[in-house]
Amino acid sequence: MGKVVAVTGNEAVANALRQADPDVCSLYPITPQTDIVQRFSSFVANGVVQTELLNAESEHSAMSAAIGASAAGGRVVTATSSQGLALMWEMLHIASGMNLPIVMPLVNRALSAPLNIHGDHSDGMGARDTGWVQLWSESAQEAYDNTIMAFRVAEHADIRLPVMVCMDGFIVSHSIARMEYLGDEEVKNFIGPYQTVNPLLDMEHPKSFGPLILTDLYHEYKRLQHEIMGRVKNVVLQVSDEFEKLSGRKYGLFESYRLDDADIALVILNSAAGTSKDVVDELRDKGIKAGLLKPRLFRPFPYEEIGKALKHLKAVCVMDRADSFGGYGPMFMEISSAMYQADGNGKRPKLINKIYGLGGRDYMPSDARQVLLELNEIAGGAPVTAVKEYIGVRE
Amino acid sequence: MKKWTELVPGAVVLEAGSSAKFKTGSWRTFRPEWLQENCIQCLMCWLYCPDMAVKVADGKMTGFDYDYCKGCGVCAKECPGKQGKKAIIMKPEGK
Amino acid sequence: METRELLKWSAQVKLREKSKQEGRLEHGHRMCAGCGAPTVVKMVLMATEYPVVLSNATGCLEVSTCIQEFTAWKTPWIHTAFENAAATLAGVETMYRALLKKGKMPENVKFIAFGGDGGTYDIGLQSLSGAMERGHDMLYVCYDNGAYMNTGIQRSSATPLGADTTTSPAGSANPAGKLQQRKDLTRIMADHGIYAAQASPSHWLDLMNKVKKAHSIKGAKFLNIIAPCNRGWRTATDNSIELSRLAVETCYWPLYEIEDGKLKVTVTPEEKKPVDLFFKPQGRFKHLYSPENEGVLEKIQAQIDKTWERLLKESEGPC
Ligand code: SF4
Ligand code: SF4
Repeated sequence: MGKVVAVTGNEAVANALRQADPDVCSLYPITPQTDIVQRFSSFVANGVVQTELLNAESEHSAMSAAIGASAAGGRVVTATSSQGLALMWEMLHIASGMNLPIVMPLVNRALSAPLNIHGDHSDGMGARDTGWVQLWSESAQEAYDNTIMAFRVAEHADIRLPVMVCMDGFIVSHSIARMEYLGDEEVKNFIGPYQTVNPLLDMEHPKSFGPLILTDLYHEYKRLQHEIMGRVKNVVLQVSDEFEKLSGRKYGLFESYRLDDADIALVILNSAAGTSKDVVDELRDKGIKAGLLKPRLFRPFPYEEIGKALKHLKAVCVMDRADSFGGYGPMFMEISSAMYQADGNGKRPKLINKIYGLGGRDYMPSDARQVLLELNEIAGGAPVTAVKEYIGVRE
Repeated sequence: MKKWTELVPGAVVLEAGSSAKFKTGSWRTFRPEWLQENCIQCLMCWLYCPDMAVKVADGKMTGFDYDYCKGCGVCAKECPGKQGKKAIIMKPEGK
Repeated sequence: METRELLKWSAQVKLREKSKQEGRLEHGHRMCAGCGAPTVVKMVLMATEYPVVLSNATGCLEVSTCIQEFTAWKTPWIHTAFENAAATLAGVETMYRALLKKGKMPENVKFIAFGGDGGTYDIGLQSLSGAMERGHDMLYVCYDNGAYMNTGIQRSSATPLGADTTTSPAGSANPAGKLQQRKDLTRIMADHGIYAAQASPSHWLDLMNKVKKAHSIKGAKFLNIIAPCNRGWRTATDNSIELSRLAVETCYWPLYEIEDGKLKVTVTPEEKKPVDLFFKPQGRFKHLYSPENEGVLEKIQAQIDKTWERLLKESEGPC
């Protein structure tokens, strides 16, 4: 049965990996993720799990080995952050293109240069086009729950895709929070045994993985990948439903907070959503109809559902903890696309974009308040002065 | 050509050795010819052929598989033959 | 090669028996006519008397053997990218151990990675070093043709001094072609404390013995095998075996193995031939015979002599 504990996000995720009982864990240390693979290594060293560890000499090799192991035919995990994910970039595409259900916690951290080890979303956003499923998490609890659900999603017969579970570096990974573990047996039953599909190690039926595909077929393979990605939403919802029955915790494609009757709202990922919800409450008390939407499934992006959830609003600010230099923030681009397609009878909310919290810069309630008050004015008819703007920056 | 709906996810090739369906014999400009009388059955041609185009049956060389032979001439060059007389010679294709 | 010698080798490896077995590399692959690499692969697999799983770095061998729905492989084979044949196979081998432990796999499955010199000496060196250091039970085979042949003959760190490649061309300002020595990868790999050896398809008894020995050792093993490329070396299509033989006989490509840190020369040419005999039939060295390059060949010969003497001395053991 569930057990209430006070642990860090990394410890929670390491335990989710333990409960999933993977066959192989390939690893490479990087701050702030290191703690996960350290803990997992000690599970192995103490015989708590039967997993084979592979201490790679780089993240590129860690992902290459994860791909080899997954193709071989078994459950595989690894974990990374920031530069590590950037170094894996080539292999991320290969993992998804080969339909390999690898599960990888990503402890979000800024990208160099300049070097910075603290949390922002530049790493995960940079990987949005790699064909991985991305689940984002506000807290240790969500990171733990998402990690457990990630196995079910990844290994689902309809998709077989790699899944990245994102949580904020340090803010969540290294802060102790109250959360609830599921029992080992419960998790084991929930995830179930690993089912192989075309395993390389089937010596009786030799297969070749990784052919050269020319112009006359490549496009078709990508069309198939697009199709498979399109099935993910349903699988995530189905798995989340089952998970709710087990844990009592409800997850969807995103979380809506006081959104139904709202005039203005923030769209914000991960830990900063928690801070923002408090400010939403505060403004509600003052009679301002504020709300919030926290995406969970970022890839594939649930455009329609999010469009529907936001279309009645007067003004929305999309908060990005990453920048696409020369473009809007990555989340803003998605929300804009969603809103353009949403059927709002010719009406759609005014959209603005704030870049916040890069390189671990604190996101304070005052930041949320400032943005929501600006939105309130825009909702009241004030003009949008800047679509994209940095906040919390020394001018 | 296959439609996308007919493809194996992950582009896994399920049929081992399916390259046999791709005949490389048309690449040839020279063809090896076997002079059985000079053959000492050393199997060097079979061993060195990069294209698995030397046919063997019951441990003996029996000729060439022209569906796959690319006409490189390695077999002819390496064939020791009998008393200095080659058991494989290369001839221009089509003559 | 004397016929009598050949027949002796043939008896030793039971070649006739082997010809009755089904090969694991099928015809219909698209390597160039007369390429040395498929022959190397064939010999390695012939000497592997176990079920075997292969990985392949991106390169000629990989693109030519598995293209669209055509695969030439009749044993499990995986390619993921260029620099990571070792890391990929390390993952496969690790999963094998995990499944073996659970009784889901048979014992004694072998693992072999194939990479060209670009994928091994250069871009794949880190991944290779990591896999060897971790001691995965696998054999890494580099088929060394001395340049990036798949992309059109660019110099690699395995390209010999003096070779003309498309990125180390001999020109009027630099008439010599490549100005640097080859990296001595076999020694680097041996310094991982593993079994490491050099082999040549011309000396296939030696090659197959090394493969067999490698499989008898638990842990990581490395084999560097010369694989002539007639396009890149600019030579006739029938020359691959002859050139690999000359490489050995001139001591350009000495055959030796290093086991437990001890080096042993496994083939000593009856008569050590001048390197000229190996270079002359190859267009990539043609410019070395022009007046601007006077002395380059001598320098190369001196280098080869020095290395060979050192190898012989080491092979006899410390003095
Ligand atoms: S010519 Fe080349 S491809 Fe043809 S049989 Fe001889 S060695 Fe094989
Ligand atoms: S190499 Fe020549 S002699 Fe030997 S088996 Fe082939 S054809 Fe006969």
